[in-house]
Amino acid sequence: MTDTKQQELIKNFPGQVHNLPGGGNIVMSTIEGVANWSRSNSLWPLVFGTSCCAIEMMSAASAKHDWSRFGFEVARATPRQADLIICAGTIVYKMAPVLKRLYDQMADPKYVIAMGACTISGGPFFYNSYSVVRGVDHVIPVDVYIAGCPPRPEALLHALITLQEKIKAGGPREKINI
Amino acid sequence: MRPNEEIEELLESKEEDFVINIGPQHPSTHGVLHLKVKLQGETVLDVQPHLGYIHRSIEKMCEASTYRNFIYLTSRMDYLSAHMNNQACSMAVEQGMALAIPERAKVIRILMSELTRIASHTLWWGALGLDLGATTPFFIGFRDREEIMDIFEESCGARLTMNYNVPGGVMYDIHPNFQKRVHTFLVNFKKNLPEYDQLLTGNVIFQSRMKGVGVISAEDAISYGCTGPVARGSGVSCDMRKWFPYDGYEGAKFDEILETGGDCFSRYMVRVREMYESVKIIEQYIDNIPEGDFQAKTKNVVKLPKGEFYSRVETARGELGVYIISDGSMKPYRVKFRSPNFSNLSALKHMAVGGKIGDLVAIMATLDLVIPDIDR
Repeated sequence: MTDTKQQELIKNFPGQVHNLPGGGNIVMSTIEGVANWSRSNSLWPLVFGTSCCAIEMMSAASAKHDWSRFGFEVARATPRQADLIICAGTIVYKMAPVLKRLYDQMADPKYVIAMGACTISGGPFFYNSYSVVRGVDHVIPVDVYIAGCPPRPEALLHALITLQEKIKAGGPREKINI
Repeated sequence: MRPNEEIEELLESKEEDFVINIGPQHPSTHGVLHLKVKLQGETVLDVQPHLGYIHRSIEKMCEASTYRNFIYLTSRMDYLSAHMNNQACSMAVEQGMALAIPERAKVIRILMSELTRIASHTLWWGALGLDLGATTPFFIGFRDREEIMDIFEESCGARLTMNYNVPGGVMYDIHPNFQKRVHTFLVNFKKNLPEYDQLLTGNVIFQSRMKGVGVISAEDAISYGCTGPVARGSGVSCDMRKWFPYDGYEGAKFDEILETGGDCFSRYMVRVREMYESVKIIEQYIDNIPEGDFQAKTKNVVKLPKGEFYSRVETARGELGVYIISDGSMKPYRVKFRSPNFSNLSALKHMAVGGKIGDLVAIMATLDLVIPDIDR
């Protein structure tokens, strides 16, 4: 491994690396720190798209934006293998129990990103609609919200990086230390 | 606890009917469609779609907003042909106002519609590959699609839900870079199009999964109300751009693509060949955008006379009809959308019954369903 690569790794590692006089290293960290660090770098999203935002989510997965740079490329179709729901699209009253069930089926630790205006507050369907859930946080707890209708793929990438920072910082859901 | 003989008898007896639920959370339903499939072994006996998982009451909401405002909701219906949806609504309102739109607006609408059609078909092509187990088509489809999205963003300000058409024309003039970028796109796209054929069309594995699968005859396609590439794959001529030309399509020179097989491969070929036709239409108009206004002068408050207005456009998936009943006020009394996906979905059972469960995914992929357009 080259020196610059090693420097980069050490910079991102949550702990200290000491060189031993006779060669080799000693790594000092907490188990929680290492666990959160590794968790944040391999988040597997659930393939969950109900409407327009799903297309922008696919754009984020495509070659131009390429979310695999940050460790999200393993999109899973089953909630049992996923760490993260990117809630892409409107949730209506008929879909809400299904979403809750998907969330319950995921193994801990699990995270939720609310993508788009519909999942924040109902968005364009806030007024005069009889069937739209006004915000996905009525159904499941949300970690990161993204504004937009639909949000750009760059916004989704920013939200994913924000989630990574949040996981690395540890602590409860409500606390974001960036 | 049953006695042992009974269990053995059950095991030995011939296979029972087996019901599985596909969806609402399933990657190959392209959204939140719920299919109840009855199987005997691997053979499909019955398919029953359950709808409503993304019913957002768009038709009802339209009744509560003014004629200018309800158009933005329709780009959330069939978001892959958002432009054509807006156009259909604008055309219905223009019909009520007896408004002629400027030539420049007509040409801009045609160019944007055909670009949307290409964007939609490239995405469908990539998703089709994903459904059948190939990952590369997805990346190739999106490579070309992203270029179109950039063009849209420059002129319309949005990538997906454009809301660019308004009653009387288009909302803004095209960006000064528009023509240059479309030319660049055309050069790249024409270079890339043969790749689509090389990767899937000529592929033996692909052909064996597509040919003779999900056959629907021309008579059945008509009686189920199929439109768009699904009906044209069965040899039914139904292109609204040819039959009922709107917004300047009467001057466009292009061929209506017809295939006669009626199977998945025919539907596939219709869409792939349509991309070539769209390129042809864009090439005709891109250097001949007339000068002048991009929007006709309209009053700030749009009021339609009492009556009924209907307009139809050809979206990437088929015929979209917009039916407005007006009571003379600022808001529509009733708005009804005849969406192409809903009718195309109704033919799914006819295509799938008797086939294998694996073919169901291929059939759904070639129907190219957009679920929010079905539920609305």
